[in-house]
Amino acid sequence: MILKGKAHKFADDVNTDDIIAAKYLVSTDAKELGKHCMESISADFISKLNIGDIIVAGKNFGCGSSREHAPLAIKGCGISAVVASSFAAIFFRNAINIGLPFLESHDVDKISDGDELEIDLSGGIIKNMSRNEEYKTQAFPGFLQEIVEKGGLMNWIKAKEV
Amino acid sequence: MSYTIAEKIILAHTDKKDIAPGEFVEAKVDVALGNDITAPIAIGEFKKFGFKKVFDKNKIVLVPDHFAPAKDLRSANQCKILADFSKEQEIKNYFEVGCMGIEHALLPELGLVLPGDLVIGADSHTCTYGALGSYSTGVGSTDLARAFVDGKIWLKVPPSIKFIYKGKLNKWVGGKDLILFTIGQIGVDGALYKVMEFTGPVIKGLGIEDRLTMSNMAIEAGARAGLIEPDEITKKYVASRRKPLKHKPKYYVSDEDAYYDKVYEWDISKLEPQVACPHLPSNVKPVSKLRKTKIDQVVIGSCTNGRISDLRIAGKILKGKKIKQGLKLIVIPATQKIYLEAVKEGLAEIFVKAGGVFETPSCGPCLGGHMGILAEGEVCLATTNRNFIGRMGSPKSFVYLSNPAVAATSAITGTITHPNVL
Repeated sequence: MILKGKAHKFADDVNTDDIIAAKYLVSTDAKELGKHCMESISADFISKLNIGDIIVAGKNFGCGSSREHAPLAIKGCGISAVVASSFAAIFFRNAINIGLPFLESHDVDKISDGDELEIDLSGGIIKNMSRNEEYKTQAFPGFLQEIVEKGGLMNWIKAKEV
Repeated sequence: MSYTIAEKIILAHTDKKDIAPGEFVEAKVDVALGNDITAPIAIGEFKKFGFKKVFDKNKIVLVPDHFAPAKDLRSANQCKILADFSKEQEIKNYFEVGCMGIEHALLPELGLVLPGDLVIGADSHTCTYGALGSYSTGVGSTDLARAFVDGKIWLKVPPSIKFIYKGKLNKWVGGKDLILFTIGQIGVDGALYKVMEFTGPVIKGLGIEDRLTMSNMAIEAGARAGLIEPDEITKKYVASRRKPLKHKPKYYVSDEDAYYDKVYEWDISKLEPQVACPHLPSNVKPVSKLRKTKIDQVVIGSCTNGRISDLRIAGKILKGKKIKQGLKLIVIPATQKIYLEAVKEGLAEIFVKAGGVFETPSCGPCLGGHMGILAEGEVCLATTNRNFIGRMGSPKSFVYLSNPAVAATSAITGTITHPNVL
């Protein structure tokens, strides 16, 4: 799968309260949550966003609360993938489990806000069209790949049950 | 093979003969926990995929605590999803308002988590129960939905980091200060994907409630779990839980030659109370460095510091005193049992007479839910666990984190204050 979009840059340690504030956790609807994604730390993020755009962040993305509303809000606002130098462990699980595409990359510093990116998910390759650069990432281990390929944890367990 | 306590507990919950850090395993859970924020998604997924019956009605615990007692109509609807599902699935361990408390105070209190258990909770502070020598870890709603189906969780076996604390604790210094100090040293991703194992003479001398506070904040360093080897203090605590216990506790300890990714060793004899400054739990300073910081609100409570020993410390300091005029003091006992104890011991009266409010158990303001939200520009000193931007209300508010003694003292003075001035 190839994902194309503009990069929206964020710093280190973006936490799940930043991604979706607790006051919005009275909904489980991704679209509704998506309207408030990153609201506290980037008021104009949603208005600048085009469907398919990509979040690029530093280390420990998604730290803090376990709220699955965070990856849901990211999906719901139209972001196609998240690239970060590292992800917090529960966010990592949640993204795998709900099928939010994401990549861990050591090259996020080479990407600027607004760069046009093309991501080849299965190959783990990020192409920076604005800079004519290519960054390789490590593929997920086999077990996680299996969940991702099934379309998330519930599809995976459903297939196992049958 | 030599193992850490975390590895031993995980291994005991798999079909495998041995395990190693980095390996993916499927493990059986003893407890699967959800709350009014996370369980509605889990229940929705469980139903959407056509599942009819949970794997074991006795191993699921549902606690409406975040926005409960329901703060508005939409929260009420979310809480009701838990009540309805519990009724439908005959889940005994559902705790309605009146029986409930903040989940991570409630489960140990009731003996629903025991040493040796493998616990998952769709709440990041599930790591609290590591203090009892269980492997307890925060997961997402879909993980919980899957556990509803077959009682299992996928895990990547995390490597452990050992933290050894030596020396003698100063007065007014406790578990909260040790964990804030630790996070300040290693950072909010200092234990990312890893297990923190707290040990050494200082930990051996620490009461269970201080230990629970330490393990509670392991997630604030990115850890999957925060474990303390069970000892006589743990056994005494377990023996005082409600009978009969759900099963026999298993007391695992780390092998002497177990592998650790890293070992930290600190002498904490000179440690003074610690305060985490806005906007990260790792932005930690000794309390004396923050003397001129004015505050508008103090919150004493949460899954970190809402237990009876915390309220006793606050009560001791606030007895016969008045809080600074114009300041808001909010005290929240973590469970109904703690609430009653605080009433019986006269603590509730102390807080109210000092000019504070004594609220019903709830996560409430800790996550900016209700019962004490911060306005733009307001500064709060809280005994809670996170001080992210907007965590307790306005994105333009400021949250400092401390132990209950510093919080109570500061409520009197109106600025962040070392309890030794009183």
